[in-house]
Amino acid sequence: MQQVVNGVFLGSIYALFAMGYTLVFGVLHQLNLAHQAVFMLGAFAGWFIGVTLGMPLWAAVIGAIAAGALLGLGIERVAFAPLRNRPDSHFAGLISSIALSIILVAVGLGVFGPDTVRFPPDAFPGGRLVVAGASISVLQLAILIVAVGLMLGLDWMVRSTRLGRAMRAIAENDRAARLLGVDVERVTMATYMLSSALGAAAGVLFALAFNSIRVEMGLGIELKGLAVIIVGGLGSVPGAMIGGILLGLVEVGTVAFIGSSWRDAIAFTLLFAVLLLRPQGLLGRVRVREV
Amino acid sequence: MVRLVALLASLMLLVAACGGDQPDDATAPADEATEDAAAPADEATEDAGAATDDDSGATEDAAEPTDGATEDVAAGDEGGDCTLDEPVPVGVVFSQTAGAAVYGVSQTAAVELAAEELNAEGGVTYDLIIEDDATDPAQGITAYERLIEQEQVSILIGPTLSNVFFSAGPVAQEFGVPALGVSTTADGITEIGDYIFRDSLTEAQVIPNTVAEATESLGLERVALLYSDNDAFTVSGFEIFEQAVEEQGLEVTSTETFATGDTDFSAQLTAVANNEPDALFVSALAEEAALLLTQARDLGLDVPVVGGNGFNSPAIIDQAGEAAEGVIVGAAWNAAADDEANEAFKSAYEEATGRAPDQFAAQAYTGMKLIARAVESACSADRDAIRDAMEGLQGVDTILGEFSFTDGRDADHTGVTQVVEDGSFALLD
Repeated sequence: MQQVVNGVFLGSIYALFAMGYTLVFGVLHQLNLAHQAVFMLGAFAGWFIGVTLGMPLWAAVIGAIAAGALLGLGIERVAFAPLRNRPDSHFAGLISSIALSIILVAVGLGVFGPDTVRFPPDAFPGGRLVVAGASISVLQLAILIVAVGLMLGLDWMVRSTRLGRAMRAIAENDRAARLLGVDVERVTMATYMLSSALGAAAGVLFALAFNSIRVEMGLGIELKGLAVIIVGGLGSVPGAMIGGILLGLVEVGTVAFIGSSWRDAIAFTLLFAVLLLRPQGLLGRVRVREV
Repeated sequence: MVRLVALLASLMLLVAACGGDQPDDATAPADEATEDAAAPADEATEDAGAATDDDSGATEDAAEPTDGATEDVAAGDEGGDCTLDEPVPVGVVFSQTAGAAVYGVSQTAAVELAAEELNAEGGVTYDLIIEDDATDPAQGITAYERLIEQEQVSILIGPTLSNVFFSAGPVAQEFGVPALGVSTTADGITEIGDYIFRDSLTEAQVIPNTVAEATESLGLERVALLYSDNDAFTVSGFEIFEQAVEEQGLEVTSTETFATGDTDFSAQLTAVANNEPDALFVSALAEEAALLLTQARDLGLDVPVVGGNGFNSPAIIDQAGEAAEGVIVGAAWNAAADDEANEAFKSAYEEATGRAPDQFAAQAYTGMKLIARAVESACSADRDAIRDAMEGLQGVDTILGEFSFTDGRDADHTGVTQVVEDGSFALLD
């Protein structure tokens, strides 16, 4: 039971991270590989607000999300927008986002240094709850609620708001959407901001959960994020949610029952299995793209 | 596009597989620093006995080229009646910057303090030439070469980390300059050659005693083992733990592993908790140790934790706070010692730096004092004479306790077992 809680907890952060990826991919058919840098900088932003400025934790989370949104706007403007009209814009965007990612990591290294930083131990609310034999701290519960809340919020937004409809229209066919009066430029920017806000949220929650913030922290999760969106179905927001939690459970299960050395091997074997048996992912549909 | 992404993912998987250690490597300097620098506890009495026997032979050999001076040292003479006109040049190489700077800076301060005291005493004076190895093996070599060839130092002290020492040490050996490690605990350091010494205890010297004392003090019967299985230091620490646990006749409830660089240990700790051991023995680097402690307490795993070298750092207490209470770890220096020499060292160090000294400072301070003993007994600034006198040092009274070199030029002195109480290290009783 405890292991299930551990898995869901870890998985919810993976899911949050992967949703940022999948949102941009689903709407714009672009892969933003600077997403891991956003994750890292989100964590540092939260730490900066919470520790250096001494603000409360909720302010750190909100501040990190806001910083992520701004960063997303910057990534879109710098790495993707100038290449939009090129015939190979998808691939060019992919490469330029890798470049931007490397630059952002170097900036992070310059500003925050190579050392791991942490929140002081008394920064967190104490106490823990025991439910059905599983122990969960108040902090973990809060993180889980924020993560699931953000996921459900995004899903609702895509389904039911004007912006969400515009996104889906662009996902379907951006030229048609433009003809119908959708401001593609603005929706694109909004999509990147939303995506990066989620990435930064995942970063700051990860930082709070494991209390370890360093410049390379995004590299590990980048690959897991890709695995999650492939397992869940490319461009599918609910798929990323389920895929994330599934990956968390598989990882924890592997460590608990097989051994930690096998963790990534098993997780990525699963990825290959899904790719072979169900190339469109668990919730993905072939050819029809959804957000 | 789906195919492209799949291709990309496989590609990245490949890259990750090949470059998988990279994040670990990037943090390695800091990790190893703690690992290296923190050298806990006791020496098996058999070894000590055997070493002493062998060493008396070595002392006699060493005495020949130095006009019997080392015989005086072996007898515990102060050797203070030697006077040299020129100051003895001593090369000091520590990590002043980057990963291990936290140790290197306090080591440098301690060596400077010791040299000041020695220079005030008169007779022989010492001229310290300080270099920064920047936690980088290549720079360690450069620093050694500069000190040996340009500064013509008589003896070298440092570098901070074992991996830097492994690179720089052979240079000293080649030029025939004695070098003293004061925080290096990896196996094989002194095997570089007969000019290489160290005054820091290795994990193999410390852990068995820690395990024995913890077992006796807490009445342990069943223990769980947890270690990082992708780091040479922690794996060797684990093997020593495993052997010590066997020697104590303890039952192992489970052995769990993780990877250096991991941040989530909840699955392993849950598995540990399910077996309800009396204690948890951990071989980890400082980086993971603090996280691990916090997460164990969060999961409700309240058993005592016995740590290897990685835990022997005040940083653990700073970072884990309450969760560090009750952690047991071996150490080479008893920070709570209140004899005259230690009190004098602690107050002088605090006056000079504004901080309380840690084990690394104590070992570095001792290192400089040992060098002085060797120089005075040889009564020469000659490299070979100092080397021979170093080899003969036996039963020297230091702040680490009675100190001797084994015939392998490693440290031989009694360590201590510490427990974290009210936010600081205290002696385990």
